[in-house]
Amino acid sequence: MTASTPRTLFDKLWDAHIVTPETEAAPAVLYIDLHLIHEVTSPQAFTELRARGLRPHRPERTKATMDHSTPTLPRDAQGNPRYASDAARAQVEMLAANCAEFGIELFDMDSDERGIVHVVAPEQGFTLPGMTIVCGDSHTSTHGAFGALAFGIGTSEVGNVLATQCLLQRRPRTMSITIDGALAPGVGAKDVILHAIGVIGVNGGTGHVIEYRGSTIEAMDMEQRMTLCNMSIEAGARAGMVAPDDTTFDWIARTPRGPKGAEFDAALARWRQLRSDEGAHFDAEIRINAADIRPTLTWGTHPGTAIGVDVPVPVATDAAEQKGQDYMRVVAGQALAGMPVDVVFVGSCTNGRLRDMREVAEVLRGQRIAAGVRMLVVPGSEIVKRQAEAEGIDRIVRDAGAEWREPGCSMCIAMNGDLVAPGQLAVSTSNRNFEGRQGPGARTLLASPATAAWAAVRGVVADPRERFADRREVA
Amino acid sequence: MSGAHVSEFPVRSASVVLPQTNIDTDQIIPARFLSTTERKGLGRYAFNDWRWREDGSAHPDFVFNQAHNAGRSVLLAGRNFGCGSSREHAPWALRDLGLRVVVSSEIADIFRGNALKNGLLPVVLPEHVVRDLMTRPDDVLTVDIISRELRTPDGSVHAFALDAFARTCLLEGVDEMGFLLARRADIRNYEDTHHAR
Repeated sequence: MTASTPRTLFDKLWDAHIVTPETEAAPAVLYIDLHLIHEVTSPQAFTELRARGLRPHRPERTKATMDHSTPTLPRDAQGNPRYASDAARAQVEMLAANCAEFGIELFDMDSDERGIVHVVAPEQGFTLPGMTIVCGDSHTSTHGAFGALAFGIGTSEVGNVLATQCLLQRRPRTMSITIDGALAPGVGAKDVILHAIGVIGVNGGTGHVIEYRGSTIEAMDMEQRMTLCNMSIEAGARAGMVAPDDTTFDWIARTPRGPKGAEFDAALARWRQLRSDEGAHFDAEIRINAADIRPTLTWGTHPGTAIGVDVPVPVATDAAEQKGQDYMRVVAGQALAGMPVDVVFVGSCTNGRLRDMREVAEVLRGQRIAAGVRMLVVPGSEIVKRQAEAEGIDRIVRDAGAEWREPGCSMCIAMNGDLVAPGQLAVSTSNRNFEGRQGPGARTLLASPATAAWAAVRGVVADPRERFADRREVA
Repeated sequence: MSGAHVSEFPVRSASVVLPQTNIDTDQIIPARFLSTTERKGLGRYAFNDWRWREDGSAHPDFVFNQAHNAGRSVLLAGRNFGCGSSREHAPWALRDLGLRVVVSSEIADIFRGNALKNGLLPVVLPEHVVRDLMTRPDDVLTVDIISRELRTPDGSVHAFALDAFARTCLLEGVDEMGFLLARRADIRNYEDTHHAR
């Protein structure tokens, strides 16, 4: 490739991390700048390392946190975390032991900066533009919001990165999703990504790295961009990314562990080069008009079943979709609005950041959640929790009748005892509505924080634009 | 690990059929079984919520509970098999269940990569071929990774793509970590060039 060939942002990131190029016989050796680990997908990788008598190649490039199996209830009277099971406790303790043995920095249960891996790393300033970032977690695509190439890996690859700081990878294809225009009031980043997955399909991104572009994306803050990139995997994409700009650089400048002073200035000059060149080729190009995006929820059992809150559920096109509708107890032609809600969950690596907490507080302020609805609000990290509490958000949540919890993945993956009961309907700000994802038999509607909070107040799925109807007229 | 997979190919087996599209990793193994710190013994949790009732008894209609499917090592699945999470527990569970090959018209990226690292061969064939195979699950299929072909008893031959490196790994038991460790000099050289600021 000559210097004059226009390159995409992905091309630039990929090319800069090639240790040895790919050939017919072998994939590229790709250097990994930042490796994030958590308790669920790392134990077997450390076991492998130990079995081979290896030490981590660059332990300072791996950061660990505990999030999936950790309780969100307050500690017991003795000050101990209330784990859901002995297995959960053992897994968390094993991560601590592995990090101690192999010299890896860990945000443990006693850290006041612990939280969900995809909330903590950007918050600390570990996540930076131009990096390759991996984690044994498919929502690693979140970090692409900073102009990084970030993707989920399996446990064998966690071991590979620990041992060599590298992965064997074939070059993926590229896709641009360009979204232009202003979002309507009450419509946010979660609605944008659910809408986009609805457009390209739950497998529409398979084999591709997506770059989100356009005026809608440029107007988003970092938290919105993280929500957007987070769910790239729900369209099957390897990764999602946004070119870094002043919004990105301002975020990094405020982080405790990001580069400072001359180091920051030097990095800034490099980061400004990280955008797709004019005329760069994408293997697939999608365009979406922001004005077409409504508050969006899912009706089925995969994230591609996204529709506007006031749009009828479509007729199932195959047996799997019909099974999904039967499982969800929805029928073609009905609207999701009006469905009675049992549980509302706000949190996760998709929507567990300060902006999301503020959005929920704005809806809940001066309101009570409906009788019979259980609502959990789970900040994504200790830092998010403290910031929200400093703003009085915890008080608004509790006064509304909802539970304000300790940070963690919680009801998104339901590994820590936070469960939706069989048959219950949950409106959830998480990322997956698969059968049983939030507990055996649980029925999940994915939605934005505003839509989720408004559903809790109304007791039924409802259009969050109702909440601020008066404000809209003023605007 | 060297040579561990050599005897497993070609695979000759009748099929188990799961025609549903978008079978995600939470169906392959629900998250509540990920609290393990081992990679063995996960087969009993494979398709757990489709396979077992709450009281632990078997759903008699589910294919993996049907006696005639016992011992079959090829799964024919609907489009976009393995979508969702990066949990390697999914191929660990399927291997432990006795599967060696998953055939679908599309297989999700992370699952596909994880499967290959565990001797579970992902085979992508055109939708109409997969649908046709699903109508004849008792046919003994031959899945040959040297010729990269799936053959049926009536003589049909379906070529499939298999990355040359992945094939070498499956045939010779080469493991990725060993391959990468052998390139440590290149890796150090990269670090010296890119990180010396």
